[in-house]
This record gives sequence, structure tokens and C-alpha cells, in this order.
Amino acid sequence: MKFGVVIFPGSNCEQDCYYAIGSVLGKPVEYIWHQDTSVKGFDAVVLPGGFAYGDYLRTGALAKFSPVMKAIAEFASKGGLVFGICNGFQILTEAGLLPGALLRNVGLKYLCKFEYLRTENTDTPFTNLMTKGQLLRIPIGHGDGNFFADADTLKRIEDNDQVVFRYADAHGEITREANPNGSLNNIAGIVNEQRNVLGMMPHPDRSYESILGSADGKLVFESMVNALVTK
Amino acid sequence: MKATVIVTLKQTVLDPQGMTIQRSLASLGLTDISDVRQGKIFDIRLTEGSREQVERLAKEVLTNPVIEEYRIIWE
Repeated sequence: MKFGVVIFPGSNCEQDCYYAIGSVLGKPVEYIWHQDTSVKGFDAVVLPGGFAYGDYLRTGALAKFSPVMKAIAEFASKGGLVFGICNGFQILTEAGLLPGALLRNVGLKYLCKFEYLRTENTDTPFTNLMTKGQLLRIPIGHGDGNFFADADTLKRIEDNDQVVFRYADAHGEITREANPNGSLNNIAGIVNEQRNVLGMMPHPDRSYESILGSADGKLVFESMVNALVTK
Repeated sequence: MKATVIVTLKQTVLDPQGMTIQRSLASLGLTDISDVRQGKIFDIRLTEGSREQVERLAKEVLTNPVIEEYRIIWE
């Protein structure tokens, strides 16, 4: 299996993703430059965090025009695993590969802190090693993490079990206080209808070793490896 | 030929920046202003009269249709 980590101008988390996959999990991983027109040979593509195109116009708005995104859309339509973290999630919504949009945090401040996430759906290639309701301690670092979708889209996402992670408190309760950025229904991460594309605002690429404060994020990458192995 | 594209958040979308501006007006005594919403303006210059290109720019690049809408002022 081979993982690819895309680099856009302005991405800054690609090395963390590369290290988590390559060194911690010991799986083959390569960088994919945003101007590449093919993702042939890759089994999973990661869109890392950062500030692609400086967040100019809107976060993720210009990255969707990078040549590689056409190849990634085709890859996703054929069932390839696509994982967008933070800025990657924003890019995936702008590109239409995931529903909804990410708005400015409701408190208008950039937030950088650990969050508890409750696992809502374990029937995905990204959460197959977790149990339903499992709490993960994963940090966020974003100014525009406020998940929004119109009423019809939100209902469809919920009814279809596309919500994978919600912000929760330490006891697993979904409360307003546990919601750092105003995301509707405390949504922290969602998959597409086919469940092969995941976008999440928190950073499993900053929580894959206990020395970082939490190794819970490693479970997401391990689940992907597990999904590819059992394919 | 010139065109001005005005991009605003849809009315159904929360605008914390606009709300923050409106809240700060009280200290200035501008208490009759009940709502402020923040948007963006793009000034566009075209070589020939191609309204279609400006419409495409507005639709496909300048706005995120999930949360924003636009109107165009032609000159």
C-alpha cells in the first residue's frame, strides 16, 4: 500500500502526516505536489493542514483549482481513500467532495487546544478500529473550523450517519460548552456518502505519539491501514 | 468595461464578524443600527463585453454557493 500526502503552496502539516504514516506506522508514503496531474499508484491520499494559497479569498477556495484536485476527485469517485485534515477538510468542502462549508470560528479567535472527540460511526475505513462512543483526545488549531450546512444538507448528513466525530466533553456528552467553534451539531468530522472520503478539523497528525500529549490520533491512520490491508 | 461583484453571506448563515461590528456601535451611540453583515467587493475590468465570464467568475470562484450569494453591478 502507498500513502500520498499532498503539498499545496502554504500547506504546513505535510511533514507531520508523512512522519506519522512513514515512521510511526512504518508504511510507504510519498509527497504529491499540487501540480501533479495523476495520483496513480497511491491507495490513500492525505490533504494536510496549513494555509493553502494563504487562505486567500476563502480557506481552501483556490486550492480546489490546483491540477491535482481533478485527479483526486476521480480517485475518490473510484473509491480511493481521501483524508482531509483541517485545511484539507476545508479544501474538500470547497471542491465539493464533502458537503457543507467551514466558517470563521463563532468566537472569532484562532483556537489551539486539545479537544475530546466522540466517535459516532465506526463503519468507515477511518474509524474501523474504534468503538462507537469512544472518546479521543485530539488537538485543534484553526480559525475557521465552524462546520455549516443548510438544513436539508445537515439532515441528510445526520440521517445518513455521515457524522464521524463530534466535539464532546470529558464524559462524552455533546454540549455547547464542549463545542469550541460553533459547528452545527458539534460536528468535528464527516465522511461522504460512500464513506471513502473523510474530513476532520482536529489534528490526528499532532496526536500520534504520547510525547505529543496524546496518541489517540494514531487510531485514524491505523484504521486506514487496516482498511487497505483487508480490502 | 468594468463590473463590481458584491459577495455576501446568505441570510441563513451566522455572521459573527458583522455581529461584532454591530455590538461595538453601541459605544459610539449609533443605537439605531440593528444589523450589520460583512461582505466582499471585487472590482473587475474586462477587455471586451463578456458578461458571461464575469458571471462564471462570480459563481465558480468568488463565492462559495453553500454560504454566499452575489450580485453584479455593470458599468
